[in-house]
Amino acid sequence: MYQSVHTNRRDFIKKMAMLSAMTAAASMFPGIIFAKEQEKGIPAGANLDWKKAPCRFCGVGCGVLIGTENGKAIAVKGDPKSPVNKGLCCVKGYHSIMAMYGKDRLTKPLVKKNGRYVQTSMKEALDLVASKMQETIKDHGKDAVSIYGSGQWTIPDGYVASKLFKGCIGTNNVEANARLCMATAVTGFLTSFGLDEPMGCYEDIDHADTFVLWGNNMAEMHPVLFSRLLDQRLKRGVKIIDFATRTTRTSMAADKSIIFNPQTDLAVANAICYEIINNGWMNKAFVEEHCNFSKGLTNMGYGLEDNYKFTDKPESISFEDYKAFLEDYTPEKVSKLTGVSVKDIKYLAAHFGNPNKKVMSFWCMGMNQHSRGTWVNNLVYNIHLLTGKISSPGNSPFSLTGQPSACGTVREVGTLTHKLPHGVVMNKEHREFAAKIWDVPVENIPSKPTYHTVEMFRALDRGDIRFMWIQVTNPMVTMPKLKRYRDGAKKEGRFIVVSDIYPTPTTDIADVILPSAMWVEREGMYGNSERRTQYFEQMVEPPGEAMSDTMQLIEVAKRMGYEKQFYYKDETHIEEIYTEYRRHHDNKKHNMAPLEVLKSQSGAMWPYVDGKETKWRFNAKYDPACSNGKDFHFYGKKDGKAIIWQRPYEPAAEEPDTEFPYWLGTGRVVEHWHTGSMTRRIPVLHQAMPHAYVELHPDDAKRMQIRTGDNVKLTTRRGEITLPASVNERGVPAPMQVFVPFFDENMLINDITLDSFCPISKEPDYKKCAVKVEKA
Amino acid sequence: MPIKSYLVHPSEGKKDQLAQKLSNMEHCEVLPAENEEVLILVTETNSKQEEEILKENLEQISDIKLMAMVSGFDTPKNT
Repeated sequence: MYQSVHTNRRDFIKKMAMLSAMTAAASMFPGIIFAKEQEKGIPAGANLDWKKAPCRFCGVGCGVLIGTENGKAIAVKGDPKSPVNKGLCCVKGYHSIMAMYGKDRLTKPLVKKNGRYVQTSMKEALDLVASKMQETIKDHGKDAVSIYGSGQWTIPDGYVASKLFKGCIGTNNVEANARLCMATAVTGFLTSFGLDEPMGCYEDIDHADTFVLWGNNMAEMHPVLFSRLLDQRLKRGVKIIDFATRTTRTSMAADKSIIFNPQTDLAVANAICYEIINNGWMNKAFVEEHCNFSKGLTNMGYGLEDNYKFTDKPESISFEDYKAFLEDYTPEKVSKLTGVSVKDIKYLAAHFGNPNKKVMSFWCMGMNQHSRGTWVNNLVYNIHLLTGKISSPGNSPFSLTGQPSACGTVREVGTLTHKLPHGVVMNKEHREFAAKIWDVPVENIPSKPTYHTVEMFRALDRGDIRFMWIQVTNPMVTMPKLKRYRDGAKKEGRFIVVSDIYPTPTTDIADVILPSAMWVEREGMYGNSERRTQYFEQMVEPPGEAMSDTMQLIEVAKRMGYEKQFYYKDETHIEEIYTEYRRHHDNKKHNMAPLEVLKSQSGAMWPYVDGKETKWRFNAKYDPACSNGKDFHFYGKKDGKAIIWQRPYEPAAEEPDTEFPYWLGTGRVVEHWHTGSMTRRIPVLHQAMPHAYVELHPDDAKRMQIRTGDNVKLTTRRGEITLPASVNERGVPAPMQVFVPFFDENMLINDITLDSFCPISKEPDYKKCAVKVEKA
Repeated sequence: MPIKSYLVHPSEGKKDQLAQKLSNMEHCEVLPAENEEVLILVTETNSKQEEEILKENLEQISDIKLMAMVSGFDTPKNT
């Protein structure tokens, strides 16, 4: 039997309590130092050289100071100058440098020969990668090669990947794992506003009166930001409302916890809009001046079949049409479907409807990994638009990110099949613009997107893709319905290259494994959730022959004959790449700060115009790109107006039935970062959370005579898995629901999840499928 | 099993003395600021009753000018 998985949970809660107090103190006494906590673990008498960097882990983008001595990083502390975290770190951040020094770090390239990995030199490995790619293109065409990267790619990594594949080779087979976490936020922003990324910034936290967390366990996933919320509650008495499908640490710390049935957030959001309009809380002047109403197609399907295609057909509607549509979403009707009481729906609506209160909405995976994710993103924007609570200090719908550069690299550089650094491949002018900067014929860049992530792995399985280069991500843990894609990747005639820092289930499928330089072992930039681009210099040497992903790509590009486009010098390549990249965004709507600015301070938010960052986009008071002469200008849309969308409730792709009567949802834990390939090598974090588990509601557990630690068998239509139970511990799911974290490569929950996705964003829904639960 | 954190403002010139006093108390962990007259106190007790007793004891300390709770958690005993 497994021991309880939460042996050290209390230590973490104590840490959380300590962090909250440190944040509160940092707000009251700027520059305050708690040396004992911040410099814990630093050897006595050490003569450290401290340098700034953004944290390696999540998308909050905390500033850290890294202390090095004799070529090794030996200490880390929060950077008091960083406006993001004001000197704080979470437990992962405080231990981040240890992720560089795991015993099984990859230091030499490995090539699979006769079923065994053989060490080789980096030169030979890169020669092999380039020749294999050329051979695949010759035999199967350019769309048979692909690259799959990540929101952990630095900006230069993603930029050279896109330039090589889209600009030089001429295939749009470029995707990144942010498709699995942030693609829905992108399509939400694009459909409502015409431009991606939040209009506000973290400073909104200092102004808002109410925080509504939409399926967002901030206390565990974004603890430093959450401690800023707790600090505001202490100082100003703000309200925190947790709206979720499961009781978590966030629910426990919130002023109000509201639990809804999976997928029905769509209906609750519409009911809030109904209440806003029918109680006369709508900001009529704002809506008339700055908003249009639209509807799109419905019954879109779920993408379960290969080669599924969907294109929405937006159609203008009137305010009266929209109001009539909302008649189906009265609190009384919605309450029955959602499990949320009429009183709680009205409570939520009243917070948004109060003209004297500023409201911030936060969300992350709950709304994004959703088979109608784009819709629910639109609906939250509807609420903020109807009340005019947007683009001003404290009024802010804010999508959080999970990776350090999901925004900076995947969304801004555009490492997705349809994207270019500026614009999309479908647009001729955008292709011409990119081709000019990349110094390639415009004909090189195909005008049609190819495969989004799920379809890319399906294409690998089918044999339409024969070569895949995977960098700094672990899809053999994260892909839904994993077994199909693992088996597909192992088929004859596939060639897989994996660049990473440790062995993972993904390196297990590789033909070539390239050891990568990690974080401050090389130079680079990340872009965080609030549009802040942050630079870090190389502070230590990478081990063995490990090389940055940027340089691996440059070396292969040169070997393939693209020396002219990859002209960068070894010593200055990051500066040269960033300078070239900035040309793609050289306009008031997206200008990036110069490198010398990023080097001198804790990053800068774009648009960076005339030496100033822009804190609130679309608001003429703060945003120099506004040009319509009005107070707000949603310039992402041609007529300068944002869209309020008519989006209905539709069920999930697979819902509980008699054979599989429970909901299965997956997610993360505070100790481990995503698939745990780094944090599981940090002893204190691994010991605190050594393996995955399945959370059950106490009533369900009692009925099945299951206690914490007992083995539980989960069965879905994709397969089965056995995990230890967790009852009444960290999180408590609602009755007839179970929750499993996905960090554990020895208990691969994604073997049994479903690969349904949002038809607009193509992001999978990891939060909902049907499962049978039995005591093993 | 309550866990709570506080910002503790000491009476003038009493920070070091207060830090010493608090760190000697059962259920208390103290983190004094290096450069400001404030301390962080994290308390961890086994029950609400114990928590109440601790609070009463803290209120008796004359070196505390002001104590403000920042966060509070109540967690099950087995974790």
